[in-house]
Amino acid sequence: MSEKEELLPHLFRKEYQKIVSVLINLFGIAHVEVAEDIVSDTFLSATENWSHHGLPDNPTAWLYTVAKNKTKNQLKRNQLFEAKLVPQIKIDSSLSEELELDLSYQNISDSQLAMIFAVCNPIISSESQIALALNLLCGFGAQEIADAFVTNKEVIYKRIKRAKETLKEADLPISQPSISEIAERLETVLTTLYLLFSEGYYSTSQQTNLRKDFCMEAMRLNYMLIQNAATNSPKVNALMALMCFHSSRFDARTDKLGESVLYHEQDENLWNQELIERGNYFLNNAATGNHLSKYHLEAGIAAWHTQKEDTPAKWEQILQSYDHLLQLEYSPIAALNRVYALSKVSGANHAIEEAEKLNLRDNQFYFSLLGKLYAAVDAKVALAHYQTALGLARTETDQLLIRRNIESLHTQL
Amino acid sequence: MEEFLLIFRRDFNSKESQPSAEGLQNHLKQWQDWFAELSAQDKLSRPIQRWDREGKVVKSKNQILNGPYVEIKEAIGGMIFIKASSYDEAAEIANGCPILELGGNVEIRKAEMPADH
Repeated sequence: MSEKEELLPHLFRKEYQKIVSVLINLFGIAHVEVAEDIVSDTFLSATENWSHHGLPDNPTAWLYTVAKNKTKNQLKRNQLFEAKLVPQIKIDSSLSEELELDLSYQNISDSQLAMIFAVCNPIISSESQIALALNLLCGFGAQEIADAFVTNKEVIYKRIKRAKETLKEADLPISQPSISEIAERLETVLTTLYLLFSEGYYSTSQQTNLRKDFCMEAMRLNYMLIQNAATNSPKVNALMALMCFHSSRFDARTDKLGESVLYHEQDENLWNQELIERGNYFLNNAATGNHLSKYHLEAGIAAWHTQKEDTPAKWEQILQSYDHLLQLEYSPIAALNRVYALSKVSGANHAIEEAEKLNLRDNQFYFSLLGKLYAAVDAKVALAHYQTALGLARTETDQLLIRRNIESLHTQL
Repeated sequence: MEEFLLIFRRDFNSKESQPSAEGLQNHLKQWQDWFAELSAQDKLSRPIQRWDREGKVVKSKNQILNGPYVEIKEAIGGMIFIKASSYDEAAEIANGCPILELGGNVEIRKAEMPADH
């Protein structure tokens, strides 16, 4: 039973997003609910049937057969739906009895690719894009998404509902993205995948497995873009490399109690070498063309971080990448990371001078960085900065990290 | 926050004004560092654009001269757009510009917003 309990949510989630994508592709975005109802219904039948008769030999095939039948029934039963819908459905015969739900591997991946481009639409906010992607493309429920976002289910539920309504009103056709659409929309798609990954990687949620699943899903969707010749651009490979490098440390960055382990305290043996190798592979693939994207630069920085040993070349390269990154796109975190790299290249005093010019007075990480830089120079000033940081920190995880820094300072005071 | 244009000029021609190879290397590094600092402090209002050294000057109709020089020996080395609250702050930022160390200068102009009229 316990094996089944583990298996079913995973199987359902995996198949949910596949069947839903194919159905939405068939019906159009305006009929998202119908597609969702058919899949939910299919899973309900599966749960009932399997608990009586045991698991079938091929659960996936079972689900597909039932989903196909339910789709036919839906079309037959609901004449109104059929009358409205059939003209839109691209089928050879207008008879719904002959409608075949194509759940082949090729059609599933085509449908999902089309769905990625439909969901990552700038007409909905990026946080809605992420919630919708998690829901429709990854098969997560509102509760799971809420847990990872550390908010309540209603908020997420409403967010998803509103996003679906907006897409519905826009009545966009879901189709294989054209070359010009890819060029236009790929940036948004990558931003959403990047945010989706970050949501999993940096979330303050204690649910480590769920967060890991988010990261894996972002990587799966990104990999779909790599597998498709039209979307397999250097930038897409660079983002994939970045995700591989980051997730290689997933098991090393939390201890058994679920508390975070800082980079320099991590056990390198827990770093996933296979993911690091994959990261290098994708980074190599990304090194074509003459456009250097922020994903290239961030992947380059992440690649250096897979090598724990500090060398002058390492920090010199990291510093240059941050310089470049900031010129492409300013962000306070990149500015702070640049100063940290600078301290490794030209010492704490120079870095303190540069840090103070940033003057990010409402940013806890600014004061934590000043605390860290001053630790080697003047422990009292360092303590004052850490205390300011503590006052600004919102989450328990952040507060805990700052307190640990303060404790290690006390040995110097 | 207002937008300011900083134009860097220096003498790129006369021999005595040119840095040594090593000095030039050092000078380029200073530019890199200065740009890095400005972007880290979120002072750039537009991305940095590099300009070539060739140039042409149109003096009167059909009189087009090769080279970036007008009358004086100085030529534009580059320009950036920055964010600053006042001319004073813009001047303070310009004060860190590496062109000054090679005897060049920085001209500062404030962008006029449509609302200014």
